[in-house]
Amino acid sequence: MPDGAKPVLDVRGLQTVFRTRGGDVHAVNSVSFHLEPGELLGVVGESGSGKSVTMMSLIGLLPMPPAEIRGGQVMLGDMDILKVSPAQLREIRGKRIGFVFQDPMTSLNPVYTVGNQVMEPLLRHMGLNKTQARARAIELLELVGIPDAERRMKDYPHQFSGGMRQRVMIAIALACDPEVLIADEPTTALDVTIQAQIIELVKDLRSKLGMAIVWITHDLGVIAGIADRVVVMYGGQIVEQAPVGELFANPQHPYTRALLKTIPSVSGTREKRLRVIEGQPPILGAAPTACPFMPRCTEAFAVCHVENPQRRPLDDKRVGYGHDVACHWDAKTGGIA
Amino acid sequence: MLTFTLRRLMFAIPTLLFISLLIFLLVDLAPGSPMSQIPLTVPPEVRLKIMEAMGVNEPVMVRYLLWLKQFFVVEPLVLWDHWFSTEYSAGMQRIVSWQSRSPVMDIVVQRLPQTMTVIGTSYVLGVLIALPIGIYSAYRQYSWFDQLGTFIAMIGFSVPTFFTGLVLILVFAVNLHWFPSIYDTSLRVTDWASFMQQVKQMAMPVMVLALYNAAQISRYMRSSMLENLGQDYVRTARAKGLTERVVVLKHVVRNSMIPVVTVIALGIPSIFGGAIITEQVFRVNGLGALLIGAIQGSDLPTVQTLTFIFAVLIVLFNLIADILYGLLDPRIRYD
Ligand SMILES: Nc1ncnc2c1ncn2[C@@H]1O[C@H](COP(=O)(O)OP(=O)(O)O)[C@@H](O)[C@H]1O
Ligand SMILES: [Mg+2]
Repeated sequence: MPDGAKPVLDVRGLQTVFRTRGGDVHAVNSVSFHLEPGELLGVVGESGSGKSVTMMSLIGLLPMPPAEIRGGQVMLGDMDILKVSPAQLREIRGKRIGFVFQDPMTSLNPVYTVGNQVMEPLLRHMGLNKTQARARAIELLELVGIPDAERRMKDYPHQFSGGMRQRVMIAIALACDPEVLIADEPTTALDVTIQAQIIELVKDLRSKLGMAIVWITHDLGVIAGIADRVVVMYGGQIVEQAPVGELFANPQHPYTRALLKTIPSVSGTREKRLRVIEGQPPILGAAPTACPFMPRCTEAFAVCHVENPQRRPLDDKRVGYGHDVACHWDAKTGGIA
Repeated sequence: MLTFTLRRLMFAIPTLLFISLLIFLLVDLAPGSPMSQIPLTVPPEVRLKIMEAMGVNEPVMVRYLLWLKQFFVVEPLVLWDHWFSTEYSAGMQRIVSWQSRSPVMDIVVQRLPQTMTVIGTSYVLGVLIALPIGIYSAYRQYSWFDQLGTFIAMIGFSVPTFFTGLVLILVFAVNLHWFPSIYDTSLRVTDWASFMQQVKQMAMPVMVLALYNAAQISRYMRSSMLENLGQDYVRTARAKGLTERVVVLKHVVRNSMIPVVTVIALGIPSIFGGAIITEQVFRVNGLGALLIGAIQGSDLPTVQTLTFIFAVLIVLFNLIADILYGLLDPRIRYD
């Protein structure tokens, strides 16, 4: 991936708040990341860390109210898509940004045929007539590895297995040849062998079609095999960002380190129980004034209680482009950075 | 889909037979005999003859079987003869009303049009009003439109139809003189003037029933829409860039209609029951009025037959609901 190429997607300072009866929930706090052409960016974090809300904020898929985007920019090419009209945003959704969701069992409409649902974005965005859209939909289903695609166009979602449904979702997301594919935990609801097949499929499609991908997961093990670069989220903010090799070799944030220890290793002894991080991710009632990880952190200093650490580069590159971490603790010295 | 329908149909037959037995036995327990309608001056031996002709001296099981034969064999044959000018039913005993001495089915056929025009119109109108209101209320939940809809619907189904009926009569017939308070069954629509007269006399009963039906159905539609609007597939539809119109009217409405169609189909027979009251209030000479009259006059054959017709309607619309359910929901169709 060429350094300094113009990003296809550049998110800066995104802030999303849910206004609920019990008060505001600050789900996304000043999140910045970018996506280079053809790149696969992994986004990891426990559930509740704000991954889905971040991605859905980008293209206006959150219910508003209660959600409210308080600030930030989302540059798609030269356009800030937080500022465009709802109609313009609909032109982007499904055409320039494709979305695959977590649960393939519920993400397809049960009363329409799969063919109908794959043809929908083609008819909406590509100016095709029904015959053309049908032909293209069959191609797409073949592309995502659905056997006997032409006949299966007439079938309904409940006649497909979970893995096959997720393939259909991928076909829908890729129908209009988008620049960006956002996959929100696409394999979490599937069993392990199917999960591996879907990951292989996405790798394959990526080399064929060349779109940039954001792959959300709470499983660092999945990320290791596919991502170019990784963003680690916690408490609605990015706590660490690095190329995948660097992150695994040299994790800086205590949270990243803890996450790495939760991956069951193939060489590890069988009887050792899977490790979990003690405690719960926070629900933020106010914009954080302390480090959100502090209550669970093994290394916390006094300063962590009063100052939310900003992302700082660990090399000579800008924040977001090399290796950076949002932590007061210095992993090398063990002191305050 | 065909086997699905046939299977449901197979179920309907024993159900109906059981219901018919139940109705027959229950109604038979009621006091009353054909004799109460026959003047006391008729000599005893003539009475006996009449009773024999009616079969009222037979044991109850025999009478039940006779009635079954009359309902399922004789009456259909009469209808057939009427349509195709044949004479298969000649000489067969039909179900005869104790009150009027004429065949019950002939009276039903006379009364049916009144009931159908009033009830049919009010139900169709109610559904047509209810669906858009339900859809829009759910889509704009808690908006002033939704709040107003909730309020009116609450009034609509918590106030009984005889009360709304009387209020309407008081306001529109007694005070404003816009509509007649009594339904003229003999009115024939031949020209514009008589058509307007028909519309005017239908207006109040139709309004009362339509309000009641719309209130219920719009609530069902709203809650079904709300349930579906939060589903994942709706998010998928939006993520495709579809317009809100398509998202709601194509994706959400189709799914929301599945339970509502059942409610609509099952509501049809029960509104015949509700119409009994409305027909009394507005003096519509329909099936409801016929049933009330038959009960008051201890006219058992008429009561049995009418009640059974209502039961048939309920089972029939159950069947229709099942079939519509299968048509709308592929998960059921393909089981
Ligand atoms: N509809 C909502 N109302 C209020 N809070 C919400 C809503 N949706 C999400 N949140 C909050 O946003 C946080 C992040 O959620 P999410 O992005 O779904 O987490 P992840 O995808 O990382 O598992 C949650 O902890 C929750 O408190
Ligand atoms: Mg999520």
